[in-house]
Amino acid sequence: MKPASPFLELDEGPRVRVVFDGTPLDLRAGANLAAALLAAGVQTLRHTSVSGAPRGPFCMMGACYDCLVEIDGVVRQACMTEVAEGMEIARPRAGEAGHGA
Amino acid sequence: MAHSDLAVVGAGPAGMAAAVTAAEAGLSVTLLDEQPRPGGQIYRDVDRAAARRGDILGADFTVGVRLTGALAQPGVAHVPGATVWAIEAGWRLLYTRDGRAAEVTADRVILATGAMERPMPLPGWTLPGVMTAGAGQILLKQSGLVPREAVLVGCGPLLYLVAAQMVRAGVPPRALVETQTKAELIAAFRHAGGALRNGPALAKGLGLIAEIAGAGIDRHTGATDIAIDGEGQAEAVRFRAGGRVHRIPARTVLLHHGVVPNTQAARSLGIAHRWDHGQHCFAPVLDGWGETERAGLFIAGDGAGIAGAKAAEAAGRLAALQAGRQAGRLSRGQRDRQAAPLRAALSRERALRPFLDAAYPPHAPALRPPDATVVCRCEEVTAGDIRRYATLGCTGPNQAKAFGRAGMGPCQGRYCGLTVTALLAEANRQSPEATGYYRIRPPLKPVTLGELAAMDAPARDAAE
Repeated sequence: MKPASPFLELDEGPRVRVVFDGTPLDLRAGANLAAALLAAGVQTLRHTSVSGAPRGPFCMMGACYDCLVEIDGVVRQACMTEVAEGMEIARPRAGEAGHGA
Repeated sequence: MAHSDLAVVGAGPAGMAAAVTAAEAGLSVTLLDEQPRPGGQIYRDVDRAAARRGDILGADFTVGVRLTGALAQPGVAHVPGATVWAIEAGWRLLYTRDGRAAEVTADRVILATGAMERPMPLPGWTLPGVMTAGAGQILLKQSGLVPREAVLVGCGPLLYLVAAQMVRAGVPPRALVETQTKAELIAAFRHAGGALRNGPALAKGLGLIAEIAGAGIDRHTGATDIAIDGEGQAEAVRFRAGGRVHRIPARTVLLHHGVVPNTQAARSLGIAHRWDHGQHCFAPVLDGWGETERAGLFIAGDGAGIAGAKAAEAAGRLAALQAGRQAGRLSRGQRDRQAAPLRAALSRERALRPFLDAAYPPHAPALRPPDATVVCRCEEVTAGDIRRYATLGCTGPNQAKAFGRAGMGPCQGRYCGLTVTALLAEANRQSPEATGYYRIRPPLKPVTLGELAAMDAPARDAAE
C-alpha cells in the first residue's frame, strides 16, 4: 500500500490547523506552505485558467508561480508563504491565477 | 526613505560576500532578499538546516554558515522577505515586504540574483509531482522533506548530489534517467586539464557517483524520448535507453539539465547580454570587477554566468571592492591587494566549467521539444505554437508575446524564455544572439494595488 504522503518528513514540531479547499489539515507551524501541503499529500494546488490543467509546486523558489493559492482571499505563492494557524487556503478560481501579472 | 552607499539584491553566496566585504570597507549596505532567512538557494536556510541535517546535506552546504554568520555586523542592514520588483537608475529599488511596497536608494547596486533551473520542457513536465531537482533540494534543505518513489531525470552534478543526499536520508531514488551519452563524456576529456586545476571538486563528483553506485540505484544513460505519464499527477517516467523502452513508476519526478543565470533584473535595466555558447544561455556583459556598462551597477555570482557557489563568493567580494574604491573608501592598492587571492580563486573555479559544460550538455530534445509539448507553462503555449508563429513571420521572442501570450504570465518568461529563443532561432535559421530574448519590464514580480497603496507617498507618485 502506498503511504499517504509521497514524502518522508525528517522534521517534527508543533502543528496548527489550517483549511485547504474545505479540508482541515494539521501542518507544521512556520513551515513553508508549499512543502507542508506536499507532505500532507496535496499535490495539486490549482488548475490553470487556460486549459484547466492541474498544477503543483515546481520551482520552490518563487520564480515559476505554479503554486499560486488563495489565502484568506489573496492569491499568493505557497512556496513563499509560511504556515500560520487558521489559514483558509483555497484553490484559486479559474482566471484568478495564471493570467496577467 | 532609507539611503545606503550600496544596495545588494540577493542573499546567496555572492550577495552575502559582497555585503560583508563592502561593509568592512566602510560602506553602508542594504541587503534585500526574498527569502525569510539568508543563504540563497545553494545555502537555503543553512543556519537551521546545517544543525538539523548537516550530515545528509554535506560539508559543501554547511560551510554556508560562515557567510550567514558574517552578516551580523552593523554595516549591513539585511532585509529578509523583500521581493524587489523595480530598479531605477540613480539608484532606487522598489520592493514588497509584509504586504507593503517600500523603497531604498543607493549610490551603487550589486545584483546577486543567482541562477535558476534551465527549463526542461518534456511531455508531461507540467504535471503535479514533477519538479526541478533544485526544488527537490530546497524541500530537503528548508523543510526536511525527501520524496519517496522518485525518479531523477536529466544530467549534471546536481542530479548526482540530490541522489546522494537522498541515499543518506534513507530514501534513495528509484532510478536515475540520465541524458548524458558516453560520447559526451569522452569528448569532455579534452577539457580535463582545466578540471584538474580543481582536483577537490573533481574528486567530490566521483565520490557522489560512487555513493550512488554503492546504493545500487538503477542508472540509465543516454536516455531519449523521455516523457512523464500521469492522469492528473505524475505516475511514471517513460523513456528509451539501451535499445528498449522503459517505464518506471514515480510519484515525484525531479528534472535537471543545468542551471542558467537569472537575468530578469539586469534585463529590466537594458544591460547588454551575450550568448554563451559553452553554457547555452545568455549572460550579461561585464568588466573584470563585474560592473555593467551602466556605472555603479554590478552583477556578481551565477547571475553573471554559471560558475558555482565558491566563484560567486569571490565575484561578490570583487564587485564590493570596486564599489568601495569608487566610493573613495579603498585606495587602489588596498583594493588590488584584497582582489589578488579572489581572482586566483575565481580562476580556479571557472577552470572546471568547460569540462562540466561539455560533459553534461543540456538535453537537446528539451531545448527544442516536439510540437505538442508546453513550453510556456503560464500561458500553455506549445513548441508547435512557437514554430507556427515563425512561419507567420515571427522573428523574435517579443513578437511571440503578441502572437500568443508566450512569456506574458506571472513568471514573466523565466521558464520559457530560453526555449522560445531556441525554437525561433532554429525555425528562422538565426543565431540565438540575433534572435534575442524577451524585453523585461518592471514590475519584475507581480505587485498588488493594495501593496502599492500601503507605500509612502513619494514612492507612490513615481510608481504611477
